[in-house]
Amino acid sequence: MAQATSSGADLDLRGIRKEFPGFTAIEELDLHIPAGQFFALLGPSGCGKTTTLRIVAGLDSPTVGTVSLGGKDITATKPHERAVNTVFQSYALFPHMTVLDNVAFGLRQRKIADPLKLAQDALNLVELGHLAQRRPQQLSGGQQQRVALARALVNRPSLLLLDEPLGALDLKLRRQMQIELKAIQIEVGLTFLHVTHDQEEAMDMADTVAVMNKGRIEQMGAPEALYDRPKTAFVSKFLGQSNLFVGAVVEENSNSVSIDVNGHKLTVPKARAEKHSGKIAIGVRPEKANFHEDGAPTASSDLNVIGPGEIIDIRFTGVSNQYLIEIPNLGQVTVFAQNIGKSPVTELGAKVWVSWKVDHAFGLADLPTSSEK
Amino acid sequence: MAFAAFGGSAPAVAGAANRKGGKIVLALLLPGLIYLGLFFLTPLFSLIITSLETPDASGAIGVYQYGFEIGNYWSVMTDYLPQIFRSFFYALLATFFALLISYPLAYFIGVKMRARPMLQRLLVTLVIAPFFISFLLRTIAWKQILSEGGPIMQWVHSVGLLSPDQYFIGTPAAVIFGLTYNFIPFMTLPLYTTLERFDVRLIEAGSDLYASPAKVFRKITLPISMPGVISGTLLTFIPITGDYVNASRDFLGSSKTSMIGNMVEADFLQNLRYPTASALSVLLMAVILVIVSVYVKKSGTEDLL
Repeated sequence: MAQATSSGADLDLRGIRKEFPGFTAIEELDLHIPAGQFFALLGPSGCGKTTTLRIVAGLDSPTVGTVSLGGKDITATKPHERAVNTVFQSYALFPHMTVLDNVAFGLRQRKIADPLKLAQDALNLVELGHLAQRRPQQLSGGQQQRVALARALVNRPSLLLLDEPLGALDLKLRRQMQIELKAIQIEVGLTFLHVTHDQEEAMDMADTVAVMNKGRIEQMGAPEALYDRPKTAFVSKFLGQSNLFVGAVVEENSNSVSIDVNGHKLTVPKARAEKHSGKIAIGVRPEKANFHEDGAPTASSDLNVIGPGEIIDIRFTGVSNQYLIEIPNLGQVTVFAQNIGKSPVTELGAKVWVSWKVDHAFGLADLPTSSEK
Repeated sequence: MAFAAFGGSAPAVAGAANRKGGKIVLALLLPGLIYLGLFFLTPLFSLIITSLETPDASGAIGVYQYGFEIGNYWSVMTDYLPQIFRSFFYALLATFFALLISYPLAYFIGVKMRARPMLQRLLVTLVIAPFFISFLLRTIAWKQILSEGGPIMQWVHSVGLLSPDQYFIGTPAAVIFGLTYNFIPFMTLPLYTTLERFDVRLIEAGSDLYASPAKVFRKITLPISMPGVISGTLLTFIPITGDYVNASRDFLGSSKTSMIGNMVEADFLQNLRYPTASALSVLLMAVILVIVSVYVKKSGTEDLL
């Protein structure tokens, strides 16, 4: 029988590969999650993130590779013998039991003393104590989600797996649950592995984010680091938005690398570029770029300037406007501008130049595919 | 039907519109009510009256007059006690065996075959395929297949499962076999419809919450499929109790395997003892009604039915 612990445990995935008949869900995966961390696995649907979670839960077994929890190899351990609990995407609450019995289920299986008392405490933690005698079908989506969370948490697993548990909730409830979830994680100190396709959710809650694509982890790190310096075109586009420019390196010194994009010279600090020669991609976040209506600013070793171009689309999003600028021979560039003064700052068709600090640019390890451009 | 308790029954918004709707509902119900009155209540009433009749004063065989002869019930209960017990005993065993065979079958078709809808539909068709042939013919076929001298019985005797002077046809085992065989589709279909909707993710949730596969079945799969088990067992148990084909001498039974149905048939059609036959029918109906009510109540699934 599984031993539940009161604190989290390290999770180690080594050389995991998972093949299904006809396709490979996970190409190769190595992952280490330190105890007590909130770790998010972020990626589009079909990237292998849910398969990874199922392998950790024991619901699927890897074709090759090992899963270790707290230093113990659990690759061959049956799901019901793992000190791991899951909050399922569909919640998977038992419809024939009351909410309280649902939460007490795991405790009863492990013959823990006083399961109903502990279950009631767990329900109180998620503020559903008063609904203990209801059936799951009588609860709203958000309430069901919290029951699923209580049902998993009450077992004090070494590792809690969350499979897009907030996916079915509306924006406001989702926001509220994100805050609650993070608060609970800090309070109980368990290791959380959260699978999601929502980049804001991942960045907001996780200590570490791993971005998955096509069965591999493309990049892993603290949300701020990932956002500030994406290393691949996929990460730069999936985690937030990016303007990417591709050109051959024309100048390289000890501090910076410059490329030429159809006559525009763009510079990136050497320390922020993955590649220093040949054809490379340079990017900048839309909120770090500015546009200028009254003439081109002077380009320097600190400032990249492109233009002139024409504003072809303005989208109002509340706190900011998103301007789409078409620059001849260069393509389209997105610039976000906060709505501090009058909105929009300028009008469709305006002639503008775009600039950004060289220090805000980043150089990628790969080139964007045509769909990522 | 299912989960009626959660449906937030008839909201209290009754108004003129509702009353008008009530008339339409009544009009739509009328043909059904007339049908039930004519073809269910009238014969039932007539059956109860017949069951209380006394022999005609003339003493002629098969002629009876109105009376209030409760004694008919006492006499069938004493005369046919072995057949009554045998009927319920056979029905219990046959229902049990049918459930034992049908549950895995329905689970396989309803859950395991979900990924292959074509094959799933084919298998469901195969379950009901026997209905394309009259069940009398099929039962006679079994009599032939299991008759002495046939390959199966030769083998049974050769390995010593039965001694050379023992027959299979005519034994209680043969009758229970026939009953089980004939009623398996009635068990499989309701189980299939329940299991086909069963959310297998609940199995994963159960194993994630430390339940072994056996525990998952006992605590999750079985309780959730209980409505199917209940309707399946009712659909087999009730008709089996009244069955008179399998146990009859012409099919798989003998005089030692007679069930209530065989007695009713003999009294109605051969002995012309109409009050006795009627009393036995009413008695059977009453006992089944009591058993079913207790069963449904005990299984605690009234709201699932």
